[in-house]
Amino acid sequence: MIEGILIGLETALSFKNLMMVMIGCFAGTIIGMLPGLGPMTAIALMIPITYGFEPSTGLILMAGVYYGAVFGGSTSSILINAPGIPGTVATSFDGYPMAQQGKAGKALAIAAYSSFAGGTIAAIFLLIAAPSLSKVSLAFRSPDYFGLMILGLTAVSAFSAKGHFLKAMMMVVLGLMLASVGQDTLSDIPRFTFQNMNLSDGISFVLVVMATFAMSEALTIIFKANDPTRVAKQISLSQLGSIKLDKTETKKMITTIPRSSVLGFIIGVLPGAGSTIASFLAYGMERNFVNDEEKQKFGKGSVNGLSAPETANNAACSGSFVPLLTLGIPGSGTTAVMLGALLGFGIQPGPRLYQTNPEIFWSVIMSMYIGMVILLILNLPLIPYIARVLATPRTFLIPLILFFSVTGIYLMSFNNFDIYMMIGIAVVATVLRLYDFPMPPLILAFVLGGLMEENLRRSLLISDGSFSFLWDRPLTLIIMLTILAIVGWQIYKAFIKKPVV
Amino acid sequence: MNISPSKIISLLFFVFSGFYLYYAFQIQVFTFDEDAAFNAKTFPIYLGYAGLFFSGLYIVLPETKPSNVDLTVLDYKKTITLVILMILYGLTILRAGYFLSTSIFLVLSYIALGERKWIWIFLLSFPFVAVFMYLLHGLLNIYLRDPFLKYIGIMG
Repeated sequence: MIEGILIGLETALSFKNLMMVMIGCFAGTIIGMLPGLGPMTAIALMIPITYGFEPSTGLILMAGVYYGAVFGGSTSSILINAPGIPGTVATSFDGYPMAQQGKAGKALAIAAYSSFAGGTIAAIFLLIAAPSLSKVSLAFRSPDYFGLMILGLTAVSAFSAKGHFLKAMMMVVLGLMLASVGQDTLSDIPRFTFQNMNLSDGISFVLVVMATFAMSEALTIIFKANDPTRVAKQISLSQLGSIKLDKTETKKMITTIPRSSVLGFIIGVLPGAGSTIASFLAYGMERNFVNDEEKQKFGKGSVNGLSAPETANNAACSGSFVPLLTLGIPGSGTTAVMLGALLGFGIQPGPRLYQTNPEIFWSVIMSMYIGMVILLILNLPLIPYIARVLATPRTFLIPLILFFSVTGIYLMSFNNFDIYMMIGIAVVATVLRLYDFPMPPLILAFVLGGLMEENLRRSLLISDGSFSFLWDRPLTLIIMLTILAIVGWQIYKAFIKKPVV
Repeated sequence: MNISPSKIISLLFFVFSGFYLYYAFQIQVFTFDEDAAFNAKTFPIYLGYAGLFFSGLYIVLPETKPSNVDLTVLDYKKTITLVILMILYGLTILRAGYFLSTSIFLVLSYIALGERKWIWIFLLSFPFVAVFMYLLHGLLNIYLRDPFLKYIGIMG
């Protein structure tokens, strides 16, 4: 293994490959900040370019683009509440309120440090345990995945909507309903399309996330412009704040990063789980670990609340390379695109990859770490400039956010039906937000809808239609008991602890 | 008797879930799949029931944390103007092309929100969209349909 690591280090540290990581990180950050263009698109855009390179150089470029795009997505999440990819939705829960309080620079710095730390710890895990971890990932079966997804949705409903658990659960159901529109993945039977061709492919994630976050946020700011309670918020939008972290904030991050890294990496290793579930679970887990005073700050600009999902999503990005490189199973949509690129190079990922092509296996792992370092060096000095987006007057910023949102969806579909649907969803979301119906549970449910149905399908078919799969396996049983505990705690808090007269 | 807006929204969601459940039952599945443990309509049916359950609970149970919104301070005029501008933007984007429709949308939105710095209004519309288009179309090679630019010979 030492020999392999040295080979990887030698390959990754060559001048050409270092340049590739730098270019990849920079290009990825810019592309990730653009609406609708996440890591998957960024990597897809790089594929034609990489075919001119050696496989290891091409993969190193793509790894750089991957991390850059994830960080770029966090930037738009924090600054304009427009998460371009599902993995950075949880980042906006506390990142955006922080920016509203005039701490945009600090929020971006926390995101950069957390991403770096999460990625570093995960890269070390990857280095030590990549081959053996693939066996752990295979231990998870469909019922466990199904349970894990319900756990994620329940946890987000419980934690993101303080005191509005039932409203959050309604949003979960609405998100799953929106995800069910379009052709059934297995049978291709159209569902809720009403014979409209534009709906046969379903509703795109970018459309829903832009409508419920960026667009509805922009409309809410204008809608509530005269609200006296909002004045302070509007003023602070023009403040950048320092990017330096004080001792208390650093201390909070030091406790958050290790546990979120471990969780993120483990979730990332599971095929199909990816950085979205990792970031949401890390957010929920972190809220359970902190004291009551800090708990109150969640959703209002908590350092722990921002650091946890950022750490976990980057750790999960590294973790998702485990099933890709060792089993040939992509852990996320992005790694699926990378799998396509690998196959294009004539490389078949699998258990034998690190024996047949050690330079590729290890150089990708080593370049990930180098990519992290370069990303931090590149992005930290740029933070004050990036954060100046917020200094733009509201009269310019709001139309620009709306323009970015519409462009994001137009680039994906090139039809105006999607634009109308986005406007419709944004208007409904604005009204719902006004009455404290939270949007994060809706988004997570929308993202997980397809996977959840797929795992429920497999579980029910295996158990011949019986729901006993929910308690047959010890792992599933533990997950289900955790869900019951969360629901029970919410009922206790709402109706027993504080009875309403 | 006063009904809170949250309860009215829940009631609407209850009705919506009812319709969703009705259409879920209408999904046509293959004959051999009718009695299968899982088919294309199984998950939507569960979702319909879940929607009825949660919204029903919210309607029936007392509100533990009512949402107080002062409707008199909301700026309806500007919000509705922006929504109408977005609809018009969507209507023209395919016909007039990306460049023209986006630039005009931006100019009108800035004005609608009360901006009167004309130089900035110009700079952050036509030139800004041109640079953005160059980034997407020229550098990232993302196709953007634009009949107007094609007509005047700027775009192929």
